[in-house]
Amino acid sequence: MKASLFAGAALVLAIAAGPAAAQYSGDTVKLGVLTDMSSLYSDINGPGALLATQMAVEDFGGKVNGKPIEVVSADTQNKPDIGISVGGKWLDVDGVDVILGASSSAVTLAVQKMVGEKDSVLLVSDAASSTITGTSCNANTIHWVYDTAALANGTGSAVVKAGGDTWFFLTADYAFGYALQKDVSEVVEASGGKVLGAVRHPLNTSDFSSFVLQAQASGAKVVGMANAGGDTVNSIKAASEFGLTQAGQKLAGLLVFITDVHSLGLDTAQGLQLTSAYYWDRTEEGREWAKRFSARFDGKMPTSVQAGYYSSAMHYLRTVQEIGTDGPGTKIIAEMKKRKTDDPLFGKGYIRPDGRKMHDMYLLEVKKPSEAKGAWDYFKVVRTIPGNEAFRPMEKGGCPLVKG
Amino acid sequence: MFELLGISPPAFFGQLLIGLINGAFYAILSLGLAVIFGLLHIINFVHGAQYMLGAFTALLLMTHLGIGYWWSLLIVPIVVGLSGIVLERLLLKNLYKLDHVYGLLLTFGIALVIEGTFREIYGSSGQPYGIPEQLKGVQNLGFIFLPNYRAWVIVASLVVCLGTWFVIERTRLGSYLRAATENPALVQAFGINVPVMVALTYGFGVALAAFAGVLAAPIYQVSPLMGTNIIIVVFAVVVIGGMGSIMGAIVTGFMLGVVEGLTKVFYPEASSTVIFVVMVVVLLLKPAGLFGRA
Repeated sequence: MKASLFAGAALVLAIAAGPAAAQYSGDTVKLGVLTDMSSLYSDINGPGALLATQMAVEDFGGKVNGKPIEVVSADTQNKPDIGISVGGKWLDVDGVDVILGASSSAVTLAVQKMVGEKDSVLLVSDAASSTITGTSCNANTIHWVYDTAALANGTGSAVVKAGGDTWFFLTADYAFGYALQKDVSEVVEASGGKVLGAVRHPLNTSDFSSFVLQAQASGAKVVGMANAGGDTVNSIKAASEFGLTQAGQKLAGLLVFITDVHSLGLDTAQGLQLTSAYYWDRTEEGREWAKRFSARFDGKMPTSVQAGYYSSAMHYLRTVQEIGTDGPGTKIIAEMKKRKTDDPLFGKGYIRPDGRKMHDMYLLEVKKPSEAKGAWDYFKVVRTIPGNEAFRPMEKGGCPLVKG
Repeated sequence: MFELLGISPPAFFGQLLIGLINGAFYAILSLGLAVIFGLLHIINFVHGAQYMLGAFTALLLMTHLGIGYWWSLLIVPIVVGLSGIVLERLLLKNLYKLDHVYGLLLTFGIALVIEGTFREIYGSSGQPYGIPEQLKGVQNLGFIFLPNYRAWVIVASLVVCLGTWFVIERTRLGSYLRAATENPALVQAFGINVPVMVALTYGFGVALAAFAGVLAAPIYQVSPLMGTNIIIVVFAVVVIGGMGSIMGAIVTGFMLGVVEGLTKVFYPEASSTVIFVVMVVVLLLKPAGLFGRA
């Protein structure tokens, strides 16, 4: 008798602990990791992003108010049509509640529109285009880690201050490259510098020597690389081979990830400045998480993007636990925006009405080989840039959500 | 004329030279494909993966055994070539009597498996391979700073390409090979071991791909995707040159490197497509390719 009374009381408590009527579609909370699993960006997001999301689910306890959490994943190959068809099927048929992704900016902008039409949730960690919280913004999307405007404010203004006032761009020929070039050009011009020219190269180019020669011929003091991943790595290699820096020009990596530095080696990459939202070796809690990640990922340290998958999944799970439901998308996003964010990776932050997640950014410099103490000890922090200064002011983005 | 094009003569010649260097890679790779197709009638889709294997083998020799670039240039083509012979003996030889499409599907599948395995182990962004000491540095030619290593690439590729052409078109061994493809039964009747010759030919084609891989390793990242990025272009080069034509593959390789290089100056956005435009035009005007025998 006594035992059953206790059991009854425990049951009541268990129910009371969750919101009165927890409603989760399909009786699960399903996270879909939609990203580049095999193509040129897959070291930046890829399997590491999936692992980070799974770690968030594990650290959260695997259940939301007693309902299981599931993670599925798919490869976009950086192709918008694949992103749309897989993402659409997830939302329509497979009962996915939130998409984390969705690889390159071109894919993400297409998926963002679709998620808006289907009133679901999109948490963007890998794409960089500032248009996502600008003219393309919607009430179903949060842009988590960084964007082209913040990269421009970080690296762009630091380089101009150091005397690099004439620029030439190597730009990836798609949405992300254009956005990055535009945002950096604005910063350069606002600081009194001048843009002398640009060359647009196809995505996934293996030989950059022709573009490097054009950059040399331009006579610009700074060659800005408005590209990412393998394209940036190959640009840097070609620049060093053709003696670009020996001839007095300076390279500015506008979007460089720790995996790019790893694959270039410190000999080639040393001295390069870059802007990032995250570096694993910055705080004690951050290090602890990164080491757990690396132990499960062949010793590789997480990129800022992979950290973003963890952090955004965590905030999403906390929110759907507290409000007791996983839809509709606009409601979830509105609730996520109400809550302050806090995790060991990005520290304290918040989400702006336009969907921009706000936190500090860091101007980093690649160490000399002699300064590195161990594996993956690659950066020193040159400057911490407060979120308000790093990200574009909301009213300048042109996001329709902001006017009202 | 240069003013009209909006480019100074030095810059123009610089770009021409860069085009030739990239063309050197196209030439070696398409030559290997042409040899294999010409003699075995196999469309070797695994060629890109074998090029990647060449670069990776050089890297692994360097990191694990301390074997440097020059030895790699010799050892790697032999090792990867032998792996090609094994592949031919185990799988490809069963397909000669079937439609081309079977060979294409098999080699394509093998390429996916090899590249997937390497991507799983090494990731997509690749690893650096240093330029050998003797070839470091840059020559100022007036119109261009030419890295010594790139100059070496042109020389090495020309020697290998012309050597191959000479062996196949001008020697007795080459004449056996060509005869064996026309009429294997007859050649066998003369006491020549055709299956062994075919296996060696495939191994040689693969060795060419591996050689190109070693040449490419110091310039590009050694990455599991390096073969995929280049192989489609190389196929277009073979089609333009004429399937199976040895000289056609060499000349077209260099030529299209230059065409692509100049596109990078005048309309860079199209540089990844221009070769296919050329391919369409050539196929419309000369369906057998520029050097093909219809």
